[in-house]
Amino acid sequence: MSRSSKKGPYVDPKLLKKIRMLNETGEKKIIKTWSRASTIVPEMVGHTIAVYNGMKHIPVYITENMVGHKLGEFSFTRRFGGHTNKSAKKGEVKK
Amino acid sequence: MARIVGVEIPSNKKVHIALRYIYGIGPTRAIEICKNTGVDPEKRVKDLTEDEISKISSFIQQNYKVEGELRTEIMRNIKRLIDIGCYRGLRHKLGLPVRGQRTRSNARTRKGPRPSRIKKKK
Repeated sequence: MSRSSKKGPYVDPKLLKKIRMLNETGEKKIIKTWSRASTIVPEMVGHTIAVYNGMKHIPVYITENMVGHKLGEFSFTRRFGGHTNKSAKKGEVKK
Repeated sequence: MARIVGVEIPSNKKVHIALRYIYGIGPTRAIEICKNTGVDPEKRVKDLTEDEISKISSFIQQNYKVEGELRTEIMRNIKRLIDIGCYRGLRHKLGLPVRGQRTRSNARTRKGPRPSRIKKKK
């Protein structure tokens, strides 16, 4: 079920405070956050936010198209390097 | 043979069935169209008058996005997801299920046919 529109989008209050501070001073700084569930709001556009993926913070540059998505959608939590090549595997066995 | 919205040529089926051959029109919309244009949905397409056909096509053009226009819209939406680099865009790019389904088994619709396995000798 989707969130009640009465409440407005969920944004971590601490994160929002930091963004507003940056907007006021006109500064550009990377903000580290663990709040992957926060919605991207128009105020964040143009900032770079480092979103934690469970291991490290991935810097995400926010563009206008991203508004409405969650921060976590841009910081992948899984790494998939592809399957091992069959011929490469055979070579290993021979050794 | 009747042409409705470009190249759609539904056969001698009933109107509410034939309309579904148009991309973007399903059971609900087909009935809706019949209701709004005053065409009997049980009537065969070949029995339709010119007037009724033009009425149907103008109604569709005014109210719904169909065929090419709809396809481009969908492609645009997917392209947006890929361009902003979000998780859903990645799944579209890889050709895997986008909405969190399992991929250990199944997911054949997205993945396509199974790669043919090399048979073991003996």
